[in-house]
Amino acid sequence: MSLIGSTIKRDLLLAARNPGEWANPLMFFLMVAALFPLAVDPAPAFLAKIAGGVIWVAALLATLLSLDGLFRADVEDGSLEQWLASGESLYGMALGKALVHWCISGLPLTLMSPVLGLMLALPTDAYGALVLSLAVGTPILSLLGAVGAALTASVRSGGLLLTLLILPLYIPVLIFAASAVYHAGIGMPYNGQVAMLGAMLALALALTPFAAAAALKLNLSR
Amino acid sequence: MTAQKRASQIELTANSLTCERDDRVLFEQLSVHVANGDLLQLVGPNGAGKTTLLRLLAGLNQDFDGDVFWRGEPLQRVYASYAHQRLYMGHLSAVKRALTPIENLRWLTSQWNVADDILWQALEQVSLAGYEETVCQQLSAGQQRRVALARLCVCPAPLWILDEPFTALDHYGVSWLEQQLEQHVAKGGAVIITSHHALQGIPSLRQLELGSVHP
Repeated sequence: MSLIGSTIKRDLLLAARNPGEWANPLMFFLMVAALFPLAVDPAPAFLAKIAGGVIWVAALLATLLSLDGLFRADVEDGSLEQWLASGESLYGMALGKALVHWCISGLPLTLMSPVLGLMLALPTDAYGALVLSLAVGTPILSLLGAVGAALTASVRSGGLLLTLLILPLYIPVLIFAASAVYHAGIGMPYNGQVAMLGAMLALALALTPFAAAAALKLNLSR
Repeated sequence: MTAQKRASQIELTANSLTCERDDRVLFEQLSVHVANGDLLQLVGPNGAGKTTLLRLLAGLNQDFDGDVFWRGEPLQRVYASYAHQRLYMGHLSAVKRALTPIENLRWLTSQWNVADDILWQALEQVSLAGYEETVCQQLSAGQQRRVALARLCVCPAPLWILDEPFTALDHYGVSWLEQQLEQHVAKGGAVIITSHHALQGIPSLRQLELGSVHP
């Protein structure tokens, strides 16, 4: 089996052995949606207006929570050095890592989102837009996050630095995605926003692994 | 020369290597040549640049002056094929503590596509029989080291570059590893190794002394 395939398999196995690592951000996501109606006006008419935005903010923060250790373990135990020694390009490593990260964060967030929509009285018309925007938007978060995680991989408490680096890049995704869900809720077309998200995803898929690979190389050339 | 012979031909040459770290010259105008049957041990005090030189010869470090050639071609140009011909083991063992020895070994050798039953035999050879399905965090440091070393039994690469492989091994493990090195060299492979361990028993041993840290 190729090294990329074998690494993806290994990382999924590691995730299965340490469920705490990826379950924590998902719990956070669920908690935000559960607590929100208790803290603000619980009238469905009010919640319906903000539901899309709240779910998206929670998904974004949950992703940030899960990103911190993406490459650190591999830098510290020498796996990354072994990867470099194998002669395979780090581009594949970065892309594979982002893919695994999406499988254990973005994908469950997307699958959980209709339940959160129910808790926040999301308008019926907006469910499709919510799931679609998350399905297209969360991979962008994982890919951009991989760049930040690669840059901060050898910083021991790099969490804050990672947040400062990556949060500004997440804002366009948040704006277009939340707007798609809102417009779907009031019965307006939202293809434009989803198309923008799709374009961002294509761009992120093509470019972010290069940036992450370059950042990983920096970590190793000590 | 037959194709097979060509595939295992070792010719690593480094000319006038100079490397500085933090305004301190680690080595200057150093030349190294490694061919089939060589066992080269880098010796020197802590901080003398042994690991730096090793990483440089492994192609992992490009921050130096001088040239490194693999079979007469600049190393970085033929890196992909070089990477397939040499096994690099750093002092970090790349063994995941949450995985079992066999799962770790599968990842460590995935570059060479080694069949599973050969991997099981390799674990048996490093005395890890019976521990194949135990997660590595329940194994001792020496046993974790053996998981990484099990690669030596199965990896087809003719050139081994090993950084302090004797760390954490017991007497039995040390003599097993010495025997592996001796066999590999006798079969026409080559080894570059850093170690404070005396390898005097092996006839083809050459030592390269790296300078003292004190200016």
